[in-house]
Amino acid sequence: MTTLDRKLIRDLWQMRGQVLAIAAVIAGGVATLVMALSTYDSLLATRDRFYADYRFAEVFTNLKRAPQAVAQRLAEIPGVGRLETRVLAVVKLEVAGFTDPVTGVLSSVPDSGEPLLNTLHLKRGRWLTPYASDEAIVSDTFADAHGLAPGDRIAAIVNGKRKTLTLVGIALSPEYVYQIAPGAMFPDFKRYGVLWLGRSALAAAYGMEGAFNSLSATLTPGTEARPIIDRLDTLLAPYGGIGAYARRDQFSNRFLSEELKQLQTTATVFPAIFLGVAAFLLNVVVTRLIATQREQIAILKAFGYRHLTIGWHYVKLVAAMAFFGVAGGVALGAWFGNGLANVYMDFYRFPYLDYVLAPRVVVIALAVTGCAALSGTLIALGRAIRLPPAEGMRPETPIAYRTTLLERIGLQRFFSQPSRMILRHIERRPLKSLLTVLGIACAGGLMMVGNYQRGAIDFMVDVQFRQAAREDLAVTFIEPTGAAALQEIAQLPGVRQVEGFRDVPANLRFSHYHYRSALYGIQPEGRLHRSLDSALRPIRLPAGGVVLTDHLANNILHVKPGEALTVDVLEGRRRSFEVPVLGLTKQYLGVSAYMDQDSLNAMLGEGNVVSGAYIAHEPGAEAALYSQLHARPRVLGMVAHAAAIKSFYTTLGEFVLFFNMVATLLAATIAFGVVYNSARIALSERGRELASLRVLGFSRGEIAYILLGELAVLTLAAIPLGFLVGAGLCGILVMVFKSDLYRLPLVLEPYNFALGATVVVVSAIASGLLVWYRLGRLDLVSVLKTRE
Amino acid sequence: MANEKVIFRANGLTKIYRLGEMAVQALRGIDLELRAGEMVVLLGPSGSGKSTLLNILGGLDTPTAGEVYYLDRNLSVAGEEALTRFRRDHVGFVFQFYNLIPSLTARENVAAVTEIARSPMTPEAALLEVGMGERLNHFPAQLSGGEQQRVAIARAIAKNPAVLLCDEPTGALDSETGVMVLEALEKVNRELGTLTVLITHNAGIADMADRVIRLSDGHIVEERRNTHKKAARELHW
Repeated sequence: MTTLDRKLIRDLWQMRGQVLAIAAVIAGGVATLVMALSTYDSLLATRDRFYADYRFAEVFTNLKRAPQAVAQRLAEIPGVGRLETRVLAVVKLEVAGFTDPVTGVLSSVPDSGEPLLNTLHLKRGRWLTPYASDEAIVSDTFADAHGLAPGDRIAAIVNGKRKTLTLVGIALSPEYVYQIAPGAMFPDFKRYGVLWLGRSALAAAYGMEGAFNSLSATLTPGTEARPIIDRLDTLLAPYGGIGAYARRDQFSNRFLSEELKQLQTTATVFPAIFLGVAAFLLNVVVTRLIATQREQIAILKAFGYRHLTIGWHYVKLVAAMAFFGVAGGVALGAWFGNGLANVYMDFYRFPYLDYVLAPRVVVIALAVTGCAALSGTLIALGRAIRLPPAEGMRPETPIAYRTTLLERIGLQRFFSQPSRMILRHIERRPLKSLLTVLGIACAGGLMMVGNYQRGAIDFMVDVQFRQAAREDLAVTFIEPTGAAALQEIAQLPGVRQVEGFRDVPANLRFSHYHYRSALYGIQPEGRLHRSLDSALRPIRLPAGGVVLTDHLANNILHVKPGEALTVDVLEGRRRSFEVPVLGLTKQYLGVSAYMDQDSLNAMLGEGNVVSGAYIAHEPGAEAALYSQLHARPRVLGMVAHAAAIKSFYTTLGEFVLFFNMVATLLAATIAFGVVYNSARIALSERGRELASLRVLGFSRGEIAYILLGELAVLTLAAIPLGFLVGAGLCGILVMVFKSDLYRLPLVLEPYNFALGATVVVVSAIASGLLVWYRLGRLDLVSVLKTRE
Repeated sequence: MANEKVIFRANGLTKIYRLGEMAVQALRGIDLELRAGEMVVLLGPSGSGKSTLLNILGGLDTPTAGEVYYLDRNLSVAGEEALTRFRRDHVGFVFQFYNLIPSLTARENVAAVTEIARSPMTPEAALLEVGMGERLNHFPAQLSGGEQQRVAIARAIAKNPAVLLCDEPTGALDSETGVMVLEALEKVNRELGTLTVLITHNAGIADMADRVIRLSDGHIVEERRNTHKKAARELHW
């Protein structure tokens, strides 16, 4: 080991506090990157393997009823690989001891042997006994939510008749990775479940012997889905086909893909912000650190060390700090990433998790950190090296201080001598002061980014459920029903208000853009279910046209009010209509198209029929109401909002909170690292000056006032700037987090600002205490003995 | 002594520093010869240009005008790389404030130089030469000022330099400790025959020199030879 290397190690040890703080800043940035990207990579790898292993189909379609012989013709369509038919039914479920409405999907599997497509991963229990009529396999989310085990029983209202099923197995399916009831905003594992039954048992219950109402297929390699879908639609139209769709549009997969897309955005934006800020801070800190080494650089030069050797020495010093940071960051990020991926697994159900930490992620971390550290080092080194050694060894020429602006305008009598020193110091080094302020501001801003989502989500939920969809309960009927049903519901005990709605599945088209969604016919001046304008005020739905969610119109269909939208209805006679877009409605969760219900009924050529009803009820009336509704055969499903919101907060909320907690923790680490470094470097820059003052009779408190007073002034200046930085960074997040699932609003609550400011202030106080301790150990004698 | 080889020759050395709008003329045409084995003291008040002269001789700085030769090498036109090479191979520096590297022990401070020198002595030998053989593993903070300066001298001589340039080596020391440091320099000069140039504003030290050069305001105002050179231990101030 050369002597310079020995110096390196000792210097690192000597500066260990700062080394740790710098490493913490880097680790914060790197961990965010590693966490987000590794989670993304892992989920992608896991999804792909699960889909392949369990033969997830590529095209799906549902229909009313077709004889099995039709399947043969469909299988012969060129481009279709494997094709499998089945019977699918939506039912009400009853779980002992649980009174809330529960919706279930019954899906048939072959009477013996495994399905050809969409195979199940049996987590517990066993497969169905061949041709058993009263056995079922249950989805694991539902089983977990209700604590169901193989051997337990569950009742299903199958075609109006109550049927008891024995659960023999608990399984996962590639079709239901994300289990969410159609039309629901959030997954609700307690109130929505999937059951797999033997084909003949289910067919018998629904009169589907020798027939099917659902099919899925794979495509031969290189086949486009579109022509196959068109062909299936044509062939199945006589059998009540409601439109085939590709895997891309498959419900669970679409959510999963959207979530992965969001995660990818998270994995790009968060690390870009965190690592970017960390890199900037690293650069500032390293520049100042190297500047304090100016004298030693001069000595090495005087000895005849080459620039390259000296440069390499300092590059190694900084590289060591960066390395600690990156190594710590990768370890921390992998740990958090694993945790996050597992949180994801709570509501995206995979049988296994392939945790992937791609080398690319570590390379990116090293490259970004390396560049930031190196540029900072080289800039400062360049400055130090350019200095002739003779000059470098002399103390820096005293800075040309002068009276500050405040003093010049006659306010000096308000400032004591130490206060003037603080002000002059800040004013004389404006760039350095500015960089310190900017660094602390960035750290505070990061804190706001870390915890802002919570408030945004609260706001989204408030708009969605307290201002737009204000009903307590949404009930869907088995099929469109005359409006008289509403009267009947209104008579039920505890019901305060009922509003009918009509919804049809539809494909919305404008130019070459299209979107598959539901078209909702609601009451034009509904008091329960309302449309909101951009200022979130309820609007009256105009007759004779559609009102679209702003995001759907602006970013998906690219249609403007006044233009005509094509609506392909995917139900009944499957007709197409041209309807004018009459307005836009603000919506943060999901996207939809709305019409006034009468206009929709008229367009479909039907009378006053409703698909379901929105209900407001008296508090405490839930249980009785549920059982009354449940008992009605025409009632297919119920979604209770309060329960949905609650379940949202415990599932999605848990994930967001985990992410927030980690992001906040990392932001706090970065904040502390920056503030501590600022204080510590200020101390090394001014140690001699302060020691001289001590010699002159200043107390420890007085010199601390001069040093920490400056830090305090800069920190206070940084806080409002940090608010701006934070708001700006959150604004970037809002811009990039736009999907048809949700759009984040830019809502900053007082606590966002408070937390940002608090972490900065607490970091400053802690750093101040550490510096205070060091001030007590200033070597006064050495100041007298050596120069200045 | 006059017959010894000329190590440094300076002709019309001029140095102008620019400090913002002001130009400060530190040297105003210095002509000088320094020979092998000499002990030369540069005397003068602060601001007289003696440090500037020393820095130019040592290749730490370059003149604005005039020439300075080390043997037959023209230092005034040498580039950064050549000056680095020159310092590394031929010059030992001793500074007023020792300028030891605080994170290295006495031995390591010397080793930092011997590692890059062409034919150095061992760090231990160099430290023994200045009477610091017992304190090899002490860090600068554990040494007194005089001891630190002696380590600095060991560091300067360890490379077996042709010239030893000392800028106020006793400036920060009390008289008694200063004498010990000067004894070390005297010993090196005598035993190793190293040309030693010593800056001081303390006229008392001039008595140990072979030759005394007095500077004032960038000029050489006096040059004399000591007929009776005193030993360092006979000096006091």
